[in-house]
Amino acid sequence: MSIDVLGAILVIPAVSAALLAILPGYRQTAKLNVVAALATFLTSLSLFVVEPVSGQYLLVDDLNKVFIVLTTFVSFTTSVFSASYIQHEIEIGRLTPTFLRFYHAMYQTLMFAMNLALVANNIGLMWVAVEVATLTTVLMVGIYRTHEALEAAWKYFILGSVGIALALFGTILVYMAARPVVGEGLDGMVWTVLVKHAAQFDPALLNVAFVFLLLGYGTKVGLAPLHAWLPDAHAEGPTPISAVLSGLLLNVALYALLRFKMMLAVNPAAIAPGPLMVTMGLISVIFASLMLYRRRDIKRMFAYSSIEHMGIIVFAFGMGGPLANFAGLLHMTMHSLTKSAIFFAVGHIAQVKGTQKIADIGGLTVTNPVLGWGLMLGVIAIVGLPPLGIFMSEFLVVSSTFSHAPWLTVILVLGIIIALGGLLLRVGSVMFGEPKGPTAPAEASYVPMFTHLALVLMAGLYLPPGLVTGFQNVAKLLG
Amino acid sequence: MSSLQFDIAHLLAGSLVLASFMMLYQDRLYALLNVYALHAGVLALSVAWQAYVQQAPHLYVTALIALVFKAIIIPVALHRIIKRLGIHREIENVIGIGLTMMAGIGLVALSMVVMLRVTPGADALAREDLAFALSVVLLGLLIMVTRRNAVSQVVGFMSLENGLVLAATGAKGMPLVVEISVAFSVLIAFIVIGIFLFRIRERFDSVDMQALDRFRGERR
Repeated sequence: MSIDVLGAILVIPAVSAALLAILPGYRQTAKLNVVAALATFLTSLSLFVVEPVSGQYLLVDDLNKVFIVLTTFVSFTTSVFSASYIQHEIEIGRLTPTFLRFYHAMYQTLMFAMNLALVANNIGLMWVAVEVATLTTVLMVGIYRTHEALEAAWKYFILGSVGIALALFGTILVYMAARPVVGEGLDGMVWTVLVKHAAQFDPALLNVAFVFLLLGYGTKVGLAPLHAWLPDAHAEGPTPISAVLSGLLLNVALYALLRFKMMLAVNPAAIAPGPLMVTMGLISVIFASLMLYRRRDIKRMFAYSSIEHMGIIVFAFGMGGPLANFAGLLHMTMHSLTKSAIFFAVGHIAQVKGTQKIADIGGLTVTNPVLGWGLMLGVIAIVGLPPLGIFMSEFLVVSSTFSHAPWLTVILVLGIIIALGGLLLRVGSVMFGEPKGPTAPAEASYVPMFTHLALVLMAGLYLPPGLVTGFQNVAKLLG
Repeated sequence: MSSLQFDIAHLLAGSLVLASFMMLYQDRLYALLNVYALHAGVLALSVAWQAYVQQAPHLYVTALIALVFKAIIIPVALHRIIKRLGIHREIENVIGIGLTMMAGIGLVALSMVVMLRVTPGADALAREDLAFALSVVLLGLLIMVTRRNAVSQVVGFMSLENGLVLAATGAKGMPLVVEISVAFSVLIAFIVIGIFLFRIRERFDSVDMQALDRFRGERR
């Protein structure tokens, strides 16, 4: 029974990917996509009821439960959004039914790869899963086959592969470090075994391994010097993919990094991974918030905002300690929900206006009030204004780190404020002022967007005690 | 382990680094592909030797994959693609050969310093292998950044993957999972790249990445 739950969250997406690749007719397949995503989400919820036993390949603990449930939930809501988004793309002829079949199959393959990366107990298996997730998103980013889309996909592919290659080298080094202690063979790659024995590993080798892993998986998280693929990939792919990339895939890469951080934390002689992560996080925050001011493409702008928020999250986890970890975890959840809600809104807006250029969009609150105010609410949330959830989590990040690193926290707050200015400035011109472009009402599905925003609002006002204790357990686990 | 076994392993891994250096200064695509085939062939030999030394028969599979897939099928397929794209006469030079070679030497020195210093505990063969593997990985990165042509970037990436295979086989007793996955990822990567190249050809009539670089969401 126990293994069945873990197996199910892998088998459901895998089987539906195969089905979706075969079945014709986009209306039905879009529905099937939604149903499959819902089934995966419901299955993942059962992880809270029955605790599956971890094996040599698959693992469930408090840490990845949070990630799995978040991932399957956002995948489900995104598939609902995707159904209405895709319908419009078919009508205007940007996508053909053949490509759509491919798109849906890839969507479920991506879900499979992300779930596999999250439940993998074997660091080699985890690496394979992240690689598969990268390749599927590369294919989806290039699906429109325009100049821009191809360039974005190519760039993403090359940078992503280099990152992934560095991560594999780091993984091999971890095995090399583990081999003298745990022996040859499979055990040397099982994460639970590695953590148990990490104290006896050769610290110098572990240090080098972590640097490679940080650079490798850090590329996929979108940390600042390695982020170049991220804005292009977000801007040129279909919007549901932008939502999944920002909301989920960055988290999955971060999760891989956290696993290795936990392993290093056990070894007292190894370098502390914290300062490295804090530095990269802060660079990302400052860099991305400054970049927000010169954006002309609305999806690129929110992609930079994702870099900023990943920076904040990595900063929080880098600082460590139960409070900062709690804050980082909360911020990650809030960011996933908010950013995907924003992309839901932006996707429909770009469809109504027929453009992604900020200069060509205006007066949304007049022409499409529901979409416009939805986006406005999302932006208010993402810049961290009260009373929404991100305000709460950013406040926690800042207050938990201020006592032992006041100067770093000042830099962080500066970055957040710069980003607030940039985003409000740009979004203000989109929201208000004279209406520009077509004013046709959107055929949108508002439910996913407002569900996310409602959750974010609720988290800002009241966190259920069950959630708080759950997050606290995870934060303790992260050390 | 006898010193002859060690010497041969050393020789093969060193040859792989040498082949990487040869790739650095090839300015014609066909020549680059031929050197890549050589690179993969040397890798196959090296992996097979590791299989023999470590008495790990599953490594022969990895060697076979390297030989058949990387040294034969991929170069042949890329040859055909280059011909179809009509870019076989192209000569590319981003920065001077001398400078590239100097950078390459620097990278090899760097990887020796880093890897030999952090692995005093490991056995000699694994140490040297790891140092050579890191050199090959870094040289692969260098090839990728000094080239503009999409095909040669791909070749650079594949030579980088060869370095990873060398590292994985040098780590004694590493589970087969990883070796298969490495081979698999190359396969997938190749399919993806193939699709990309055809699409790029279809749309641009050029696989020069600088032609692609004109298009950015911002520069208009």
